[in-house]
Amino acid sequence: MNLFEHIGRYFIMLRSVFSKPEKGKVFRKMFFTEIDAIVISSIPLVAFLSIFMGGVISLQTAANMDSPLLPAYTIGYITRSSTILEFSPTIISLILAGKVGSNIASEIGTMRVTEQIDALEIMGVNSIGYLMLPKILAMTFFLPFIIIISMVLSLVGGWIAGVQSGLFSTETYLVGIRYAWYEEAGNLFYSLGKTLVFGFLITSIACYYGYYTKGGSLEVGRSSTKAVVAASVALLLANYIITQLVLV
Amino acid sequence: MIEVKDICKSFGDTQILYDVSATFMEGQVNLIIGASGQGKSVLTKCIVGLHEVDTGSVLYDGRDFSAMNRKQRIEVRKEIGMLFQGSALFDSLTVEENIMFPLKMFTDMTKEEMRERANVCLKRVDIIDKNGLYPAETSGGMQKRIAIARAIAMNPKYLFCDEPNSGLDPKTSIVIDNLIKEITYEYNMTTVVITHDMNSVMEIGDHIIFINEGKKWWQGDNKEIIKTENKEVVEFVYASQFMQNLRQKLINN
Repeated sequence: MNLFEHIGRYFIMLRSVFSKPEKGKVFRKMFFTEIDAIVISSIPLVAFLSIFMGGVISLQTAANMDSPLLPAYTIGYITRSSTILEFSPTIISLILAGKVGSNIASEIGTMRVTEQIDALEIMGVNSIGYLMLPKILAMTFFLPFIIIISMVLSLVGGWIAGVQSGLFSTETYLVGIRYAWYEEAGNLFYSLGKTLVFGFLITSIACYYGYYTKGGSLEVGRSSTKAVVAASVALLLANYIITQLVLV
Repeated sequence: MIEVKDICKSFGDTQILYDVSATFMEGQVNLIIGASGQGKSVLTKCIVGLHEVDTGSVLYDGRDFSAMNRKQRIEVRKEIGMLFQGSALFDSLTVEENIMFPLKMFTDMTKEEMRERANVCLKRVDIIDKNGLYPAETSGGMQKRIAIARAIAMNPKYLFCDEPNSGLDPKTSIVIDNLIKEITYEYNMTTVVITHDMNSVMEIGDHIIFINEGKKWWQGDNKEIIKTENKEVVEFVYASQFMQNLRQKLINN
């Protein structure tokens, strides 16, 4: 299959994803299960990564600031800007594309090769909607919350790293992260807006590759890899397009 | 009753089925037999709508399934139960939840009523006190029986079994065969079984269709298959010397 056939089949799949669920009660239960499985379970990893990411941003910024004309609070300001604009929304989403994407693709792929999806279809269940809609909605609407947590923890990481290294004081750092906040508050909405798109892309692409797996366990592994690669590429392309449209 | 009329099916340039027509009778165990790669599974998947037919039609009690839209097909599928080769139980659900699944999706039963129905179905297949186990915690034979219980949970009119004996020891195979036979007569279902198992052919084959090279080659029942002179059927069913001797003895008697 060439790229255009994949894209065409992906959009046909999306039409089935957004058809009305067979039973609202079952859908709601699955939705909350997916929030737990996809979103809540990712928080420890995101927290760990964010603290260290923030710490490194802060240290690298300080290490590259040679000019005495630049005030010390610039470190806090740059840490905040980098974190909100790019590091938390894009890097964390890319990491989640690996974690969540491979998980979803292999889960659905295994269901495909063990005929569980056929079993759903035979029962009269819209297997695409049943399996994918809760995952896509959970990730799309709850990824921004993970990103907010990541932003906060990155700033905390930056503060810990800078203060314990003696690069700045707590007060200086706070001045930096508050600097021009109201003028640049729009950046936060831009970041959270793009994570909605990222969440949708990660889950829908992973679902697509899992659902159309053919063969056995080897192909499940391949689908999982393809899902992560495709989701990462789509995410970076979307990031570029959104940034071009919103910020430039 | 299920009628299949002049079904053709191709994948790309490879034609799998050639004008296959057959009738599967109500209250009978209908077997589809044939060597591997001859189109048995494709035929079954065409009948249940997992594959679209290129030409021809499938009629469920006179209703043209192949001409139906998705919504209409869903209504027919609620009347179908299917036992898959690998059981296809949902890994993430317990035994009881697997059986309650179709009830949860398509009925307004309360949890208690669903649980009661699940217990009736499990008891019917002789599974007791395993409700809380996950499929991975049960044996292959047990998984088949649980899958049968799930297939009959909605009181289906049509039951499809894709190689129900694969991977099972001879004793368990007989248990599964007998169960399929009993359930078919008990609920007056139209049962279609794909099998390679010669025990099944002899024991439960009320009506047998032999598929060869994508065509319906022969049909009859489990008595006729002993006497048939059809070369391909004889070569397939009585492949071993032991089976040939057995056939000769049966004919002589």
